[in-house]
Amino acid sequence: MERFVQVLIDGLATGSLYGALALAVVLIYRSTGIVNFAQGEMAMFSTFIAWGLLQAGLPLLVALLGTLALSFVAGMVIERVIIRPVEGGEVLTLVIVTLGLFILVNSAAGWIYGFNTRSFPSLFGDERLDIAGVAIPVESLGIVAVLIAVVGILFVVFQRTKVGLAMRAVAMNPESSRLVGVSVGRTLMIGWGVAALVGALAGALIAARLFLDVNFMGGVLIYSFAAATLGGFDSPLGAVLGGWIIGIAEGLAGTYVGFIGSDLKILVPLIAILVVLLVRPTGMFGSAEVARA
Amino acid sequence: MSLLEVEDLEAGYGPVTVLRGISFEVDGGKIVTVLGPNGAGKTTTLRALSGMVRRSGTIRFDGEEISGYSPERVARQAIAHVPEGRGTFTGLSVEENLKVGAYVRRERDGIGDDIKRCFGYFPRLEERRGQLAGSLSGGEQQMLAIGRALMLKPRLMLLDEPSQGLAPNLTRELFAILERIARDEGVTLLIVEQNANLVLRFADYAYVLEAGAIVLDGDAEKIQSDEGIRRSYLGV
Repeated sequence: MERFVQVLIDGLATGSLYGALALAVVLIYRSTGIVNFAQGEMAMFSTFIAWGLLQAGLPLLVALLGTLALSFVAGMVIERVIIRPVEGGEVLTLVIVTLGLFILVNSAAGWIYGFNTRSFPSLFGDERLDIAGVAIPVESLGIVAVLIAVVGILFVVFQRTKVGLAMRAVAMNPESSRLVGVSVGRTLMIGWGVAALVGALAGALIAARLFLDVNFMGGVLIYSFAAATLGGFDSPLGAVLGGWIIGIAEGLAGTYVGFIGSDLKILVPLIAILVVLLVRPTGMFGSAEVARA
Repeated sequence: MSLLEVEDLEAGYGPVTVLRGISFEVDGGKIVTVLGPNGAGKTTTLRALSGMVRRSGTIRFDGEEISGYSPERVARQAIAHVPEGRGTFTGLSVEENLKVGAYVRRERDGIGDDIKRCFGYFPRLEERRGQLAGSLSGGEQQMLAIGRALMLKPRLMLLDEPSQGLAPNLTRELFAILERIARDEGVTLLIVEQNANLVLRFADYAYVLEAGAIVLDGDAEKIQSDEGIRRSYLGV
């Protein structure tokens, strides 16, 4: 029983990380219809920036906040410079452009930071809480709390602010948005900025659990795509719930299904993607348009 | 000086030119209509004014040359465009649709009052204020589109075939409300329509567009009563 609860909590924390990156992917998809394959690499690069700021002697929290701000700006620049020229183009064009961005960011990170594996400190330390006889890492609880806070903030921004309303309007009807005076370009830039910021947060949290090198987000991206597919590609809430389900399923399968162990865990997201696409292509909360697209 | 002065306006999509150098004027406080058959360039005229299509020529609004402006900048000049197909934000609630309409306004207060004013013109929208706009009927979405345009506090409202897809009695009701809006709010209306009979009854002035050129213009009353004009140009 104790082991089961540990696996559950651990899966929830891992799933929160998948969910955070999936959230970034979904934010861009629902406003632009673009699946950003480079989301993980952008997060990786952001994490290296945080690492660089740490090396320069900044305290962790300051380094993280600085990184989030830089990532927000970088996300906007990427939209303006790389994505804007192809926006509204063919699906294949967009896929190739974001794959190109993937390679570009990955190579740039390798060129600047090298290919060594580095460790990255955790915001939450490595203490454990004893709750009813079960030892639970503070970090796991912290990660889940951070994700819930991010979702809460995004919800308030989208539902209660003018910028958020404009972002939703642009996602639904760009032409009509322009006619009421919303600058679609600027709004999409902000959307990419927010996604890059959320991704950066995910990157830093993930690096603290794993390690930091130029390829550490590659595997995570697959889990995040599984989470987004499961939740519905245009639903932020779905991305988070999908992340939790994938994370917990992965933990349970790795622990209790003998032949999966830790080597075949990657099967979990792949099977999830396959099953969802076969059975319910819109995912749990996706809207039907997604299926047609 | 007229509120809107258009000279030698050419417009089109890609290599196709739809409007071949039209000139017209809209006086402040008036209701002006552009009539014409399908494909004459009515929608393109409005889209050219809003900067949604490639265009050349001069467009002066209140003396300011706006022919190079982007759609969002045109909106900031207090020109509201009620587009063909109504431009509904289907996934937003009725009230949120109205709020988006006030996007260009800097002041926060007054928006709540203006939403109430919209509901005054269109009580049915108030009953559905929390509902997703995509679930509204065609007529209700047309009301919502006009309400959204009102939220911009427009000086000029461009309306693209407001009667499209509506039952005749609903269309009459809608035009009556438009007339009230024009009078009460001091908004100038430029309406493009195929439904000549109805719109001529309450417009002040009319232009007739055919194959991208203006072939006729005059007081709405005169055009309405001239059997020959109606038969040869308006098909009614």
